[in-house]
Amino acid sequence: MKNTIAERIYDFLKNFPPFDVLEKDQLFKIASNVKVTYIEKDNFVFKQDENPHEYFYVVKDGAIGLYRSMDHEQILVDICDEGDIFGLRPLIQNDLYLMSAKANEESILYAVSVEILKEIIETNDKVKKFLIASFSSNIKTPYAKGTNGQLFANIEMLQTSNTSFMEIQSAEFSKKPITTLKTSTIKEAAQIMSEKRVGSILIVENRNPIGIITDKDLRSKIATGLVSIDESVTAIMSSPVKTFKQKITVAEAQIAMIKNKITHLCITKDGTNKTELIGVMSEHDIVVLHGNNPSLLIKKAYRAKDVNALKFIREKASDLLQGYIEQDIPITFISKIISEINEAITIKTIELSLEEMDKKPPVKFGWIALGSQGRKEQLLMTDQDNALVFEDVSLEKYQPTKQYFLQLSKKITEKLNVIGFEYCPADMMANNPKWCLSLTEWKNQFDTWIKSPTEDAIMMCTIFFDYDLVYGEKKLVNAMSDSIYESIKSFEIFLNFLGRNALRNPPPIGFFRQFLVENDGAHKDQFDLKSRALMPLVDAARLLTLSHNIKDKNNTVSRYKKLMKIEPKNQDLYLSCIDSFNILLQFRTQQGLKNNDSGRYVDLNNLNKFEKLKLKGCFKPIRDVQELLNIRYNLAQMM
Amino acid sequence: MISWFKHNNYPEFWKQYSKEFKQKQPKNIENTRFVVFDTETTGLDIANDRILSIGAIGIYNNIIDVYDGFEIYLKQDAFKAETVEIHGILKEGKLTKISEAEAMENFIAYLGNSVLVAHHTAFDIEMINAALKRLKLPKLKNKTIDTGILYKKLEGKKDAHFNLDVLCKEFNIPKHDRHTAAGDAFITALLFLKIISKLKKERNLHYSDLFRVSGKEGLM
Repeated sequence: MKNTIAERIYDFLKNFPPFDVLEKDQLFKIASNVKVTYIEKDNFVFKQDENPHEYFYVVKDGAIGLYRSMDHEQILVDICDEGDIFGLRPLIQNDLYLMSAKANEESILYAVSVEILKEIIETNDKVKKFLIASFSSNIKTPYAKGTNGQLFANIEMLQTSNTSFMEIQSAEFSKKPITTLKTSTIKEAAQIMSEKRVGSILIVENRNPIGIITDKDLRSKIATGLVSIDESVTAIMSSPVKTFKQKITVAEAQIAMIKNKITHLCITKDGTNKTELIGVMSEHDIVVLHGNNPSLLIKKAYRAKDVNALKFIREKASDLLQGYIEQDIPITFISKIISEINEAITIKTIELSLEEMDKKPPVKFGWIALGSQGRKEQLLMTDQDNALVFEDVSLEKYQPTKQYFLQLSKKITEKLNVIGFEYCPADMMANNPKWCLSLTEWKNQFDTWIKSPTEDAIMMCTIFFDYDLVYGEKKLVNAMSDSIYESIKSFEIFLNFLGRNALRNPPPIGFFRQFLVENDGAHKDQFDLKSRALMPLVDAARLLTLSHNIKDKNNTVSRYKKLMKIEPKNQDLYLSCIDSFNILLQFRTQQGLKNNDSGRYVDLNNLNKFEKLKLKGCFKPIRDVQELLNIRYNLAQMM
Repeated sequence: MISWFKHNNYPEFWKQYSKEFKQKQPKNIENTRFVVFDTETTGLDIANDRILSIGAIGIYNNIIDVYDGFEIYLKQDAFKAETVEIHGILKEGKLTKISEAEAMENFIAYLGNSVLVAHHTAFDIEMINAALKRLKLPKLKNKTIDTGILYKKLEGKKDAHFNLDVLCKEFNIPKHDRHTAAGDAFITALLFLKIISKLKKERNLHYSDLFRVSGKEGLM
């Protein structure tokens, strides 16, 4: 029977997650069981500590404020507007409402029975993932008692990643296959093939692939005189063809070719031979692709003879990155691979530069990556930030030694620039005399920064404290680290200054849960993903590890992991920081790949509801870790 | 031909329906089942025009229950081409259609003793009653509320008289599926909830207030 009202509700819900991933009949069942309520402004849907209703709510029109009462005060935690879901967590976890929901303006709500949703969760994995992810955003206390961080946004954890690098890459294929109609003669087909320089031609009917002729067919059936070249292509074509979906992986493609003893696969719109042909993948494509797996790229980097080869490898790494991101490979895994490739490229660059020098280095030295590269969090091609430390030498030898390393650094940075790592606009590179120093000079430099923590000095610390030895003498870098901790020990208030710096970017969300966007400049009205979301997490991790005297942990995720062990009471908070960081880093990489830039600035209008929700979910841990710093370092007094 | 046509005795469903009104009726808004409904007809002549479709939805405890919905399309003998433009219900459309007799039986069973709500109730009720009369049945027994009259009970609206479109605008109700019976019933249901909510805010609203026609007595 027709149900106009349910259809209308269906049409509304289907635009919003998680309803957008439901099967049609599942969503229709939900829609036809919806209860519609009208809430006058300032009235409550439910109150904090009440038992949960049988329903959770979707805002149809209006706005619902979620409030948490603390010391007789109502604190606005979130505002839900059209399409937002609220009041779901207590239903699933059999818990009381942690917040009150009050209409900030008159609202119409759709109440959805949790029982029906539960049934669907059982069968629909996508919905489950969404809900788990959304608990971090819609439910404001992901690490509230009992949840143990389990429900925090961590889609990655649900995905297994134990397949080897290459097999999970999506396979490249030729998107403009050469085709002909079945009315053509073999001769015509062969002419097209030689004209287009291809080894195969597809026979199509209504754009659907019905057969294929390859070089081999021409050799074995025509050249041998078995079939005349004036006959129809249908006489020699192999039919039917093996068809696959676009998202076929390398492994799948390889298996299909071996199993069917064929060398070409047809890619069609829906993977069957009843839909439009969109491409053809040959054995050759796979061979080419083999050249694009990370371990091979790293090997190739070490064997590279010149800068151009390295440049090529860096470009291949970008393709690899794109493929990984598209396939939602866990970001920790991706960043590990990309940093390894970058490191291999840098090491080779240094070696190539050393060969070009007239003589061997006068003393031992270390090449240091700084900032995001130092933290091994650099995914996209960003600027190079590097420095050089060399062994202490006698006064008279100092100048020539420094000159030698400056000259070497110049060669290295120039090459890196050619490869694709742009020069640092702030000149934080080893060819700058300020950042090509002897060990003692570095120690003094750090000491000065720590003991007279001007704003500039603090900023330098945030960059230089995240270093990682890429090439050379490990002892030099260890000595640098030791001296940093010594200086901090004798001047502990430095940590408070560093803390103040970590809070220089306010939580990324305004009072009304609006994203804080840039007010002016080239990126007006865009969200600065780097400084508002990623850096606060990076800064907090650095400060906290420094305060615990932790060495050798220069990566944000491993810093939080270490902190979880040292401060078990904050374990959940740090875990949620890791999750947020990974999600944000992945997000930035996606944005960067999409817009072909650093991914730093995000135009919020281009994000869909799910993306916004995902982002918002990452902000809560940022605010909480900032609050922790605030209390721990008494920063309120310093501000 | 259904048997109860021939007999003076009313059919079973009507007896069942009548029985529900002999019980004590609920006396407050929260415990009452309201059925908001709308009919689409071939025209405005109660004697000669026919019902094309009926759409309705239940409200209980201030909640519109989509599951408690009702939507039927009626077979037509007399078909007026000019009304098709407004309602979009073609004589031989894809919709499943039932006879007037079947429609009335289903609708009466669905209604029970609920309170009927419609925008400008009088016409819709008369159309139903006319259909019942053709089936040799008495008139509807349900209490009725006209959202048009209910609206007038709001402060400062005493002399206002508006159609559904204007009220939708005033009450900020999106006009989806306007001019389908179910769509209009849903819109009217939202309107009903909003007016009730406003009335409650303005004064201590009693159940009996809903049924008073004049805006004067006991309301100010």
